Amino acid sequence: MGVRNVISHSLWICWKDLLEFSRSKLRLVMLVLMPLFMMVMVGFIFPTGSTITDTPIALVNNDAGSMGTSFVAQLNAINNKSGMMLLSSATDFNDIKTKLQNNDIHGGLIIPENFSSDILSGKQGYITIVIDQSNPQMSLTMQGVITKTIEAMGKQSAISNLNSSYHVSVTTATSLITPYIVESKGIVPGEPNYFQFVAPGIIAMVVMMALMTGLPHAISYEKDMGTLDGMLAAPINRLSIILGKVTAQTVRGMIQGFIILLLAVVLFGVVIQGSILLVILLILLTVFSFVGLGILITSFTENEETATMVMMTLMFPMMFLSGVFFPLQQMPWYMQGLAKFLPLTYATTALRKVMVLGADISAVGTEVLILVAFGIVLLAVAVPMFRRAMSK
Amino acid sequence: MEKDSAGMNQAAHQFRCPRCGNIGEYSGKAGERLIVTCDSCKTKGRVTIPGIAEPPSTNGNAIEITHLRKLFKDFPAVDDVSFYVKKGEIFGLLGPNGAGKSTIIRMLCTLTRPTAGVATVAGYDIVKQSGKVRTHIGLVSEKMIMYEQLTARENLKLFGKLYNLPNDFLNKRIDELLAFVRMEKWADHRINTFSTGMKQRINVIRALVNQPEILFLDEPTLGLDPQSTAEIRELTKRINTENGTTIILTTHIMFEAEALCKRMGIIDHGKIVALDTPANLKKLVSGTDVSTFEIEVSNLEPRMMTSVQSLGSVKSLIQEDSNHLLVRTTGNDAFDDIVDSLRKNGAKVRMVKNLEPSLEDVFLHLTGREAREKVTENTPSSSVGPGHGPGRRRPKRIR
Ligand SMILES: Nc1ncnc2c1ncn2[C@@H]1O[C@H](COP(=O)(O)OP(=O)(O)OP(=O)(O)O)[C@@H](O)[C@H]1O
Ligand SMILES: [Mg+2]
Repeated sequence: MGVRNVISHSLWICWKDLLEFSRSKLRLVMLVLMPLFMMVMVGFIFPTGSTITDTPIALVNNDAGSMGTSFVAQLNAINNKSGMMLLSSATDFNDIKTKLQNNDIHGGLIIPENFSSDILSGKQGYITIVIDQSNPQMSLTMQGVITKTIEAMGKQSAISNLNSSYHVSVTTATSLITPYIVESKGIVPGEPNYFQFVAPGIIAMVVMMALMTGLPHAISYEKDMGTLDGMLAAPINRLSIILGKVTAQTVRGMIQGFIILLLAVVLFGVVIQGSILLVILLILLTVFSFVGLGILITSFTENEETATMVMMTLMFPMMFLSGVFFPLQQMPWYMQGLAKFLPLTYATTALRKVMVLGADISAVGTEVLILVAFGIVLLAVAVPMFRRAMSK
Repeated sequence: MEKDSAGMNQAAHQFRCPRCGNIGEYSGKAGERLIVTCDSCKTKGRVTIPGIAEPPSTNGNAIEITHLRKLFKDFPAVDDVSFYVKKGEIFGLLGPNGAGKSTIIRMLCTLTRPTAGVATVAGYDIVKQSGKVRTHIGLVSEKMIMYEQLTARENLKLFGKLYNLPNDFLNKRIDELLAFVRMEKWADHRINTFSTGMKQRINVIRALVNQPEILFLDEPTLGLDPQSTAEIRELTKRINTENGTTIILTTHIMFEAEALCKRMGIIDHGKIVALDTPANLKKLVSGTDVSTFEIEVSNLEPRMMTSVQSLGSVKSLIQEDSNHLLVRTTGNDAFDDIVDSLRKNGAKVRMVKNLEPSLEDVFLHLTGREAREKVTENTPSSSVGPGHGPGRRRPKRIR
């Protein structure tokens, strides 16, 4: 009887919240716009690795001999195919420096004076890559791209040398120089891409954000407006109020989560490998693991403003620490340790396993258990706090 | 009938000890839980007295308050207040801003816990039996309890559902209530399209959806125009007479309390300074030197008012219209002082009337202050209750 009443009351409160929500046009528009912005922002701002094209690079050729010129010609030929760089020429290191400082170029290449003479006398030829230290991400990629290109060129010239000087066939020469061929093979079809990586995390994050900002807002707003008194003066369990609000906010968060999922699939070619039901279950679990925190903050904070402030302060570190945007493994050990205390970390990991790798429930068992544990512990603290706060 | 009936259901009941089988006896009030001890083996056990728990005897009172206190930090918002409200009456709590009226209401509605003291509402303790209290009350608080984006019907439905009313019953009840305030036509319009007066009518019937025995009205006419104010007052009376609902009403408008309430308490700084019927309260001041004059000046000018106001014997001055003043005074020379001062300023005094004491005077007499400085209100004389001086007009209420 008691439980049935609590559920019935909370459903009516949820009905009221959703009805109110659906009648506000602005809120409806925001409901759709927020995930759209989120996805577009992540999609077009974050580097995706393979999308480097036409990066301006300055080239200095100080070589007196012919080797330098032929190197440049070869580089141009390869670059014409890949289109990664936009090559221009510069006079010397200082010229490159100025151009880098003016942000005209992202990197430079210097062929030294004695390049030809070194090679012709049987030594190795030096080439200097000038990197942009203000842009570590770009300079790292540039370094990789140029090194790879030059290495390929080196191999190419070695093969042709072997072929012309020692009459070794091109095939044999190739296998002599590069004895191993590396082939990458995923466990599910498709290339790895950054969207595939971020989409699961963003879904978890958006659902979390909807709940964490929505819940304290919904309650403190009613407190400020005085309508909460109407519910508190009615013979209903305090739990019904919070349960109703949580349900309404979860529905809102889930709708946003699905919009993201839809955008990821339709616009960004993300493929969901695992079961969609499992994805939904995991999202609900994410909500469960967070609800307690939302309630706790609601009970502690007096008004809407402080609630929002506390929420924001907590949410940002959580977003960046829990491996939504960057892989956890790339973080220093102490940050990785900290991330272990955030439910979002487990939610993201589990969702990623299911959505990207097609894992089934047994593969995410640990994460599920941890999320449930987080939920239970937080709720056990939060619910009595909330009851106390409501009867001050 | 007023006699205590607490001893009525003290009949003895029997229990069988689960250990030795011995039969023992116990007694108490229905619904009470006791610990009993077996006479032979001394085993202790818990029993509940059979029967439905009856609310404790309340001498026919809907609300009983004894030594109620509420501290915010160490500020006493309600300071040792005791009174009772009889079943079926309209009781008024009158006091200026910050007197502690709302705090008392909030405690009685179980929205905030008292720091000390006890109170029963409909016979139930507001702290220990808060759930029971809630089923018997309706609340119209200072802020409207309504969701603007929802229609009138949806609002009523939500609150009906919080009281577990079944659909058929609730729908009928909602129609009745809407008809009661003549708002049937507006049932399916959103609250945010209503005027403040219409909103307040819906807000009041919202508090009636569970057919409460006791209705709390915390400044129900705050912010309403004169016509809506009159409507809400009329509604308050009808709720009381037609449904027999006990009403406890707070206000800082003397006239409102006087027009509606059978008995009223005057509260100031968290303390009840007087409690009686309006008529008896007025007797407090007749025979004292507090009096109110209505003065008609044909060529009324601001400087005349300033000079009257600066007189030591004048407690307040209100301009009623372009040539009527309402002046509240203390002391026996007040009349002469005022007329002298007016004449000195070239005023042509056409008429001076000494009005019979009003509750405003009572308040002034009890607290030495105006209930609300320079602000009274304008009420159509048609709904003016008894006990008013002839031809009494009031200036517009400034908000
Ligand atoms: N939550 C609170 N925290 C601290 N002080 C409070 C709180 N609520 C009320 N007070 C203080 O208690 C006193 C009584 O307030 P209350 O609202 O009961 O007055 P009131 O008689 O209803 O006045 P009004 O005519 O303004 O409604 C005021 O001084 C107010 O500042
Ligand atoms: Mg008040």
